[in-house]
Amino acid sequence: MNIWLVMLFGGLITFGIRFSLIYLFGRFHVPETMRHALRYVPPAVLSAIIFPELFFHEGVLSLSLDNTHLLAGLIAILVAWISRSTLITIIAGILALFLLQWLF
Amino acid sequence: MSEQSKQFWAGVRSEIPLLIGGFPFGLIYGALALNAGLSKAAAQVMSSTVFAGSAQFIAAQLVHENTPGFVIVLTIAVVNLRHMLYSASLAPYLAALPVRWKALLSYLLTDEAYAPTILHYEKEGLTPQAHWFLLGAGAVLWTDWQLSTALGIFLGAAIPESGSLDFALPLTFIAMLVPVLRGRPAIAAALSAGVVALIAYSLPYKLGLIVAALVGILVGTVLEGRKSTGESS
Repeated sequence: MNIWLVMLFGGLITFGIRFSLIYLFGRFHVPETMRHALRYVPPAVLSAIIFPELFFHEGVLSLSLDNTHLLAGLIAILVAWISRSTLITIIAGILALFLLQWLF
Repeated sequence: MSEQSKQFWAGVRSEIPLLIGGFPFGLIYGALALNAGLSKAAAQVMSSTVFAGSAQFIAAQLVHENTPGFVIVLTIAVVNLRHMLYSASLAPYLAALPVRWKALLSYLLTDEAYAPTILHYEKEGLTPQAHWFLLGAGAVLWTDWQLSTALGIFLGAAIPESGSLDFALPLTFIAMLVPVLRGRPAIAAALSAGVVALIAYSLPYKLGLIVAALVGILVGTVLEGRKSTGESS
């Protein structure tokens, strides 16, 4: 699929979700199970993206010290925990990666 | 001042603290989307079509990984599905409006516009000009997001392309993930989704991401259900 179609359909679907129950008011209720399930979308999706980025090194699963991305990622988790700031987390993570790549 | 403009400007004012947080986020998005391989035009267009921060960051990452388009669209849908709850929650206050108003306000219905609006509606109750409040909050956030994206793209174009910057997107996701890890079900959802993402990494069309996300959501939901039945018995 072409990038412009991704923008278009991604936009249409997002609009459709936002419009859905405002439009269907009173004719459809969000089931309780779905209400609960939606709470777990952010942690699930985000770590499904993060894990491969940290654990795969050049396409291979790597748990060794050579995997600087994993170490830098763990440092970033700690920084995110303390700072609660996106910008500080990014800067700390990039610096950690530079430093680790220089060390190892 | 008419009731309409009073509501509109009250909406704008309620959004100001959120604009301050939103602007750097848009800036980072613009710069990283470019580094991830989106064209300047595509990065800006996504801010006006999708108009949802976290979904846009994720889409940029997926473009960077050469993910097929239909998987990107599917992921955007999963990530934004929570907006259905906002839609449900605001629906009673907007029920009397013509469809074109409902459509416009739905387009503007982001996390940041929803939060102050629902607080205002719950306090004020059902009032005839209440839709102007959401319009004010939504419109000013929209403007903030487009401008910050544009500035981010401008800055991103000035930064030389670098392999280390590729790591900035996963770092952004880490910064988004850590605050939502509240309670055991959420932590279990994150860990199980992460492990499944590693196992399912080689699935065709990069579908591993969707599978992993669904497993994580299921694990979180089941654990929460168990916890609440455990407490009630």
